[in-house]
Amino acid sequence: MAYPKSYRYTKEHEWIEMKGDLATIGITDHAQHELGDVVFVELPKPGAKIEAGKSFGTVESVKAVSEIYAPASGEVIEANGELQNKPETINNAPHGAGWLIKVRLTNAKGISDLMDAAAYEAYIAEKGKETSA
Amino acid sequence: MLVSVSARAMGMDSATTSETSSLRKTALNALHRRLGAKMVNFGGWDMPVEYPSSGGLIAEHKAVRGNVGVFDVSHMGDIRIRSGKKPGGALEAVQHITMNDASRLAIGQAQYSAMLYPEGTFVDDVIVHRLGEDDYLLVINAGTREKDINWVRENTRGIDCVVEDLSDAYSQLAIQGPRAAEVVQKLTDAELSGLKVYWFTHATVCGLKNRLLARTGYTGEDGFEIYVPSDPATSERVWNQVIEAGREFAIVPCGLGARNTLRLESKMALYGHEISDKINVWEAGLERYCKMEKGDFIGRAALERSKAAGLKRTLVGLEMIDRGIARDEYCCSNGAGEHIGVVTSGSPSPTLGKNIALAYVPPTYSAAGTILYVEIRGQNYKAQVVRTPFYKRQKKAAAPQASGR
Repeated sequence: MAYPKSYRYTKEHEWIEMKGDLATIGITDHAQHELGDVVFVELPKPGAKIEAGKSFGTVESVKAVSEIYAPASGEVIEANGELQNKPETINNAPHGAGWLIKVRLTNAKGISDLMDAAAYEAYIAEKGKETSA
Repeated sequence: MLVSVSARAMGMDSATTSETSSLRKTALNALHRRLGAKMVNFGGWDMPVEYPSSGGLIAEHKAVRGNVGVFDVSHMGDIRIRSGKKPGGALEAVQHITMNDASRLAIGQAQYSAMLYPEGTFVDDVIVHRLGEDDYLLVINAGTREKDINWVRENTRGIDCVVEDLSDAYSQLAIQGPRAAEVVQKLTDAELSGLKVYWFTHATVCGLKNRLLARTGYTGEDGFEIYVPSDPATSERVWNQVIEAGREFAIVPCGLGARNTLRLESKMALYGHEISDKINVWEAGLERYCKMEKGDFIGRAALERSKAAGLKRTLVGLEMIDRGIARDEYCCSNGAGEHIGVVTSGSPSPTLGKNIALAYVPPTYSAAGTILYVEIRGQNYKAQVVRTPFYKRQKKAAAPQASGR
């Protein structure tokens, strides 16, 4: 699956798409693949504050719980309600319909430090090499 | 996201660079990697947890419940115990170190059992196969192999028997599911309709003469386990023949992830979770496999005492009422907020579509319908005690609901 060029990526495998001070956050295709079948998602409610580098929710597969870390700080505007009944949307469309939250950023600083698509792809390719060594 | 916690629920960690090279590998390791399996560290072994090419864990689980799946379980250990100069030594040894009554076994029959510490707690659970008049094979867990073999040697020292570690000699494949018999029948000259659950035979399998073929498993379905020479070429050939024979039934390779959810639904114990050196036979609810009347065995005296003292905790099945997934080691509390126990295994159940768990709680909380709470990330989620096993297959004839592997 292609990694959208307009997104930025974290080492913890979240993506963020910026439109002015509004951002959408999700987990990457690599992340959903590593997790396996997603069966449960816990997300903050609108109005909740998230802080860069801190956990704001969890995504669970059959075998694992994974914390989701905020790529930036801000206030939650919307959580993806569809994931309550169709958590597998994260597996099927991690970069699109499987988004997690929309956020109004309080501080866009630090976003530029995140990886672009090419850097992220190189990052996961390197990780893949390590584990299959 | 932190993928490295993946599979911690099963005592697994994603294999990372530094440790991959030091992990042990089965003869099928290269094949699993060629198939694109996700590999994890399971008790020191580099094992497939799921195969995206099979559709992943849930698809693998459903294949076993509905049709058939194949597992590489070569990491399991094998200990052979034979009599020494005189007959009877092997049985004496097996009776001394295991809790079930091996004297009841006919040649060609197997039983679920366990080796106990003098405290009545678990060294490991085992399947005891009687290979011959004075010849037994104990199939043991992967993570406890060294501990088990040392323990068996130490505790049979005074008995006239020969203990052999055959763990590295075999690749072990488990073919499991309602269509397993049809698949395996294509590969062997043995008449499988005559092979009962927890019996085995020696037969030609995939052209290999005199192979151990057992009607055993760890999934709660009908199924077979075959033991073949552990060189990669032979192991891969057998695996491929199984896949080929199962093609018409849509057989898929299955990983340890599905193995765990299948055994959990069937309430089969997993060492390090439901059973351990801290948990005794009564607590684990395995009294059916513990024959106190057979004579003395290691752990018996302590079990006698603990029976008289009464149970402090017992293993119960939980079904989550609130939306949340109980996981291993999560705490349980009662309505008053008092800590009462701990989850040993928890997962979504692919068959039931519910979140289920096994937990140790005081007997006063063990009645079906009892409400209790599981603490998930600092919050209490409501659950209720339910009857187990969570899943029981529809059978034509009654077969032992054994807690085997």
